Amino acid sequence: MNKHINSSSPTDNEAILGILNNSESMLKRIYVAYFPMVLKLVLSNSGNDDDAKDVYQEAIIVLYNKVRSGDFELSSKLQTYIYSICRRLWLKRLHQMSKYGGDIHDFQEFMPVEEDLVSHEERDIQFTKMEGALGELGEPCKTIIEDYYIHGRSMQEICEKFGYTNADNAKTQKYKCLQRLKKLFFQQK
Amino acid sequence: MSEIELLAVIERYLDGEMNAEERARFEMLRHDNAEVDARVKEHQQFTDRIKQYGERLQFENLLNEIHNEIDVQALKDEFVHHPSAIVRLWRNHHSKISVAASITIFAVLGTLFLTGYLSNKKDVVDLTNKINRIEKGQHVGLPPVKKAAPANYGGIGTGFAISSNGYIVTNFHVVNGADSVYVQNADGDPYHAKIVTTDAANDLAILKITDPSFKSLGALPYGFKRGQTDLGEELFTIGYPKEDQVLSKGYLSSENGFKGDTVNYQMAMDVNFGNSGGPVLDSHGNVVGVISSKPVGVAGAAYAIKSKYLIKSIQSDTTVSKLALSSKSKMAGLNRMQQIDKMQNYVFMVKVYNR
Repeated sequence: MNKHINSSSPTDNEAILGILNNSESMLKRIYVAYFPMVLKLVLSNSGNDDDAKDVYQEAIIVLYNKVRSGDFELSSKLQTYIYSICRRLWLKRLHQMSKYGGDIHDFQEFMPVEEDLVSHEERDIQFTKMEGALGELGEPCKTIIEDYYIHGRSMQEICEKFGYTNADNAKTQKYKCLQRLKKLFFQQK
Repeated sequence: MSEIELLAVIERYLDGEMNAEERARFEMLRHDNAEVDARVKEHQQFTDRIKQYGERLQFENLLNEIHNEIDVQALKDEFVHHPSAIVRLWRNHHSKISVAASITIFAVLGTLFLTGYLSNKKDVVDLTNKINRIEKGQHVGLPPVKKAAPANYGGIGTGFAISSNGYIVTNFHVVNGADSVYVQNADGDPYHAKIVTTDAANDLAILKITDPSFKSLGALPYGFKRGQTDLGEELFTIGYPKEDQVLSKGYLSSENGFKGDTVNYQMAMDVNFGNSGGPVLDSHGNVVGVISSKPVGVAGAAYAIKSKYLIKSIQSDTTVSKLALSSKSKMAGLNRMQQIDKMQNYVFMVKVYNR
């Protein structure tokens, strides 16, 4: 399996292009290529495989956001970038768990990535707030909002799904839901 | 226009559902009315947030799907060669363990240094009369009066009564490691005693005579001095550097003991092995200290634990705190010979037996 992973490791340019094109198969190749490195990092520094998974997936999200926002310059190897993000994220977690003993076993060179993580944290906060607001919103509002704004379903579909007598009623309901969601979102801490 | 109607218009505008004419009119409104413009931006931003939330959720699901196809266990086995629990513990916590170990070593050394343990060992000798130091044969063979304590004792020291009912204080180092303890009064009567409590920090031990043949000593002739004794004060002690009581006298030569040890006084006094645990009295018959040790290679000097630490030690130990040490001496007006005659029977030889 590992031989297969190594042989399918994408070049950095391939990877960036794949991310920009939203290629699912490229995501898979990237994921498989760099996970062992991160697993090794986390396992060697007081973590388990679940920790490695969490940290790695967060790093992939950071990478995707960075590449898609267009300001990703390949100043160093993709591998170094992913390693550095994971290293930073893991150090932060160790601190939060008060497990950090003052040193970390490194297997790679790494680079400063603090700035990328600041914008990531901001997005993370928004995500958590939205998650909380939608959780509090309740049904049928939650599904209506998700169907319309996330899954892009038409009002006609939604109207039929929820049994509204006409599309106008459904629309009014949707706007009421949206206003409530907004209120809940800004109440989140 | 109601809130909801406005929202509907904004959404139609943003979704590109307006025809050209409608669109132009709305853009005019937006241009003229800053509030409407702000609402448009706000709505767009918020719906984008919902979209981003959805995308992230979808992306995370995708990542989880990919992750589930990876054989994590196989990867783990590859670079974790089944280390034992101890190795893993060490790997995960080695820095903390190292720090803890260095702190421990530092603390132990520091404590030993501060308590003078390291240096005392070389420069000060305890005054226990170990049996191998006694010149054997000199007075052996005198017929014991009445009964005798077993002859195979491992060391002797001195102790003195702190109550009339048989509580005796001596040095911790005299009875340390003792299997059994006998005390013997000036007349040579031996009594079995037990160690009630010890205070290693101050080198003190409290014994209690448990022998059925023991009768009350009567009120103590000496008092215990609470305060500090002044430099130059004339002092004397009675102890057992040999089988008989020996009087030594001298004066207080320093307020502190070895290397600034504030628990002890230094005295100019010639004492020997066996004097350990003996009472140090001033000319008024007050106990001002307990003989503890002497410096190596310095003739005529000795250390004594200050009486205030003896009092403190007794007061802070619940097993003996009920013992009230009187500060009133009954020998204040007496001369030295009369004083010794009165207190002789309150000073005991402490015989220690080891296994």
